[in-house]
This record gives sequence, structure tokens and C-alpha cells, in this order.
Amino acid sequence: MSVHSTDRRPSQPVRHLSEPPVVRWGLTAVALAFLALFLLLPLVTVFLEAFGHGVRAYLAAVAEPEALAALRLTLLAAAIAVPANLVFGVCAGWAITKFEFPGRNVLTTLIDLPFAVSPVIAGMVFVLLFGRQGFLGPWAAEHGVRIVFAVPGIVLATIFVSFPFVAREIIPVMEAAGTQEEEAARVLGAGGFQTFFRVTLPNIKWGLLYGGILSNARAMGEFGAVSVVSGKIRGLTNTLPLHVEILYNEYAFQAAFAVASLLTFLALVTLVVKTVVERRLGVASEETRPEAAVAGTG
Amino acid sequence: MSTAAASPSRRSLLPGFRLTMGFTLLYLCLIVIIPLMTLPVRSATMTWEALWGTVSDPRVVASYRLTIGASLVAASVNAVFGLIAAWVLVRYSFPGRRLVDSLVDLPFALPTAVAGITLTAIYAPNGWIGRFLEPYGIQVAFTRVGITLALIFIGLPFVVRTLQPVIEDLDVEVEEAATSLGATRFGVLTKVILPYLYPAWLTGFALAFARAIGEYGSVVFIAGNMPMRTEITPLLIITKLEQFDYAGATAIALVMLLMSFFLLLAINVLQGWTTRRLAN
Repeated sequence: MSVHSTDRRPSQPVRHLSEPPVVRWGLTAVALAFLALFLLLPLVTVFLEAFGHGVRAYLAAVAEPEALAALRLTLLAAAIAVPANLVFGVCAGWAITKFEFPGRNVLTTLIDLPFAVSPVIAGMVFVLLFGRQGFLGPWAAEHGVRIVFAVPGIVLATIFVSFPFVAREIIPVMEAAGTQEEEAARVLGAGGFQTFFRVTLPNIKWGLLYGGILSNARAMGEFGAVSVVSGKIRGLTNTLPLHVEILYNEYAFQAAFAVASLLTFLALVTLVVKTVVERRLGVASEETRPEAAVAGTG
Repeated sequence: MSTAAASPSRRSLLPGFRLTMGFTLLYLCLIVIIPLMTLPVRSATMTWEALWGTVSDPRVVASYRLTIGASLVAASVNAVFGLIAAWVLVRYSFPGRRLVDSLVDLPFALPTAVAGITLTAIYAPNGWIGRFLEPYGIQVAFTRVGITLALIFIGLPFVVRTLQPVIEDLDVEVEEAATSLGATRFGVLTKVILPYLYPAWLTGFALAFARAIGEYGSVVFIAGNMPMRTEITPLLIITKLEQFDYAGATAIALVMLLMSFFLLLAINVLQGWTTRRLAN
């Protein structure tokens, strides 16, 4: 938090040095037309298609048992993946920003790795690992553990794709906070955990929330990776995005868009929270903005 | 502040290095490194001929061409319009600017499958926009144009979001100096401002391109998925997996992984360049 947080996005554009009004209006029109075509139109389309056959048809599609089962699985996967990634993000942030060690840059690059990998490959590696022809497949079969084409595989793939978000957001925030406050707490006799919960956590809470929100959006919305490991058994291994695909491929367009509207609503909530938290983060988010852009491979 | 004194004192004062570092490495290995290692290990069991035969198969090569070509076009479109959008959002004021600014992140937040079916609904021959194009014989959905549109959507925020902080950071005095020395506004834009934006602009382009290369969810619905014509590489991997041709899928995935690594490396270099620009 700082005094700069209010003027993160300058509300007074630089006026004395600008383009002629015609150029300004022209560029604004081009930008808005482009954004309307690619952002606003899809957003409106989802809801219009979802409610195209009335509210009753919408509710029927959303309350259908298979849709509810898919919703439960999506929530379950996110409920495991997001806390796991939060714990990882805090640990990685602590180790990377509070200590100096060789290979620090290598470690941060490795944490970013899941962003660079195609979601299809992210799902596929778990099939190669735990599938019937996989390295650990025979072992899993012997012990009666089903991982691929079952819920554990979906959870693993979800963790993989939503993995870097928290760490990426938390590292710059922790870096900016420095180590002096923690050192002071230690000198004054605080224990390790006391230092963390009383000093570090209040400093990073907004960054943590920010990373958690991004991680959650990705976890709930993931399609490619989950689609490879799921096996798409209706009512059992179907997440909401996979359910959308199944309905769509069965030409149940209205139902597909009804379920899709739930995910779109989630996306809108994510955007609102993100905007609010970004304002709270103030200057810290200013520094992470390019990273935030990288992080958002949704 | 002397680093020589700071470094050991950090070590002695703050606890938890072993615990957090240990957990970080363990988690990273279990979730990311070990799973990803299956790709090179698995392809090492293939003969060179089999590996090369798979990745140079005409159908596979056609999919690389399509994926890379469409991604390049999409990233270029985003580079042009993203630059304009970033400039407008930072420099001009108009009603609803903050709202529009928040909306730019939509492609990050919207699940790709939702984006896929929505774009198809818009551009299909009976769709919202598709029906106006159809009489002129223009088909968008189920063609390469449709694939490119989906890739423009998912790559849209990258260029805008990498350029915005750099534009905000522009030193007005430099513009004033150039203007007072007699430069026209157009001259200032193209000779002073644009060169300053190059690193961030290229970074945004590379990020959008890298994202598009691996994209699956938003593309499959609008692509048509015809072998040799509208079949992207990630879909080909899925097809091979569904036929239990794990070796074939692994070989193609390895090529994609190498491409991603190369891009990640390039992006790291570009980001270093951008950060140095910002620091100066």
C-alpha cells in the first residue's frame, strides 16, 4: 500500500503533447471497435444464446444432474489445486526472495515452465506417466489405483496448469517488501511461524489473493489438459468445460451455452476481483504488470 | 548497503530456508519436472527413423504450417491493434475507459471452451456475423480464418498488457524536447516513441505467438478439423492419443515442447531488454 496506489492509471492524460483531435478520435474508434468485436460481442453472445429459449430452459439445463455433477467435480479440482498452489507459492516466494542462493534464476524459470507448455501436452504427460502403457501404469494397476481417466488425473492436470500463478504474483510482492521487517521481528524474539503470520502474511495478502484468483480461474476453466486425462465419463469425470463440449457436440446448443454462462459469470467475477485487488496492490502491481500478463494464460 | 554483510545476516536471522526450499523443489519435481521428463525419456525409446518418420509425416507437417502460420498472423494482428488499444487506454480519456481496461483481461479469465463455442456461434454461416458474410461467399468458421480469429481472441491481452506500463512510463520531457527541436507529432511518434516501445512490443508479440502455438480449447470448435487443411498440431496429438498411438503423440509433442522452450528463451531475453529499458 502506498500513496501511489491512487494514481496507478493516470486519470489525467497528458494533454499538452498529444495527437490532433481527428487522429485521437480515429485511434479511439479503431481500438474500441477492435475490443468490441473481440471482447464485448462474445460476452454478449454467451448470455443471449444461454437465455435464447427462456429462463425455464436455462434453469433446466443448469440444474440437470450431469451438469451438477460436472460443477461438483470442477469445484473439487479447484478446491484441491488452488490451496496446494497457494502453499507452494508462499514457500517458493519465501525461499527465493528471503535468501540468496545459486540458481535462483533457473528456479524462477522452471516455475514458469507450465505457462510455456501447451495444455494438451500438460495433460498428455500424466497419461504417459500413469496410463496403461505409462511408466507407473502397471504399478498403479497392481495397487488398484486409477489416476488417468479418473478424478486424481484431473486434479493433477489442474494443479499443473494453474501451478505458476501464485508464485509469479507473490515473488515480486515479497521482493518489494524486503527482509528488514522479518529480521526486526526475529531480533525482538518472534518465532519463525509468528514472524510469518504476523509480519509477512499481512504484507503479501493482496498479492496472495491476486494469485489465488488467477489460479482459480485457470483451474476451473481448464479444458485442453483436463480433456486429455478425463476420459469424459458423464457424471463421473466430466468437468464443466468438458460438459460444455459434450452438450455442444450433441447439438444441445442452448444447454451448452447455459452451462457456458456459468463459467462466463465466473470469469466476470474474476475480472472484478482482479480489478479491485490491482487497485489495492497499487505500486506493487505496477511492477508485476508484465508478469501478470504472462501469468494469465487462461 | 554492503551485500557481503547482508547476505550472511539474512541466512542466520530468517528461518525456514530448508523447509520452504525443500517443499518448493519437491512440489516442482512431482508436478512439473518428472511429468515433463516422460516426453524425452519416452521418445528416447523410439528409433531415430520412427521418430523422424512421425514428425515429418505430411499430415503432421501440414499441421505445423497451419499452427505456426495462423499463430503468426494472429500475433501480428494483435501487435497492430494491441499497440493502438494500449496507446488509447493510457493516453486518451473517454467515458468507460476503466471498464474497457478491465475487460481486456477477459480472454485470460474466460475458459477456452466457452470462447470456442461462442466464436463459432458468431462466425458460423447462420451465426451473428457469419450470416452477413455468407451471401458474399466468405466462410469464416471451419476455415483457417476462423482458427486465426480464435487465436487473435486468446492472444489479445498480451500485447496490450506488456505495452501499457511502458507507455505509462514514457518520459514526457523527451517528447517535449523533440517537439521544441522542431519535430512534428508524427515524427515524435515514429522516431522517438515507437523505438522506445520496441522491446515491450516484441515481447507482447512473442507472448501472444507462444500462447497461440499451444492453444487447443478455443480453436477446436471453430477449426473444422480437416486433416491437411484445418487440423492444428495440438489436436493431432489428441487424435494420436485417442488411437493409443502414444509413440506418435510423444514425438509430435516433443517437437512442440522444443518450440515452446525456444520461445520461452526468446521471451526471457526480450523481457530482460524491456526491464532494462524501464530501469533507464
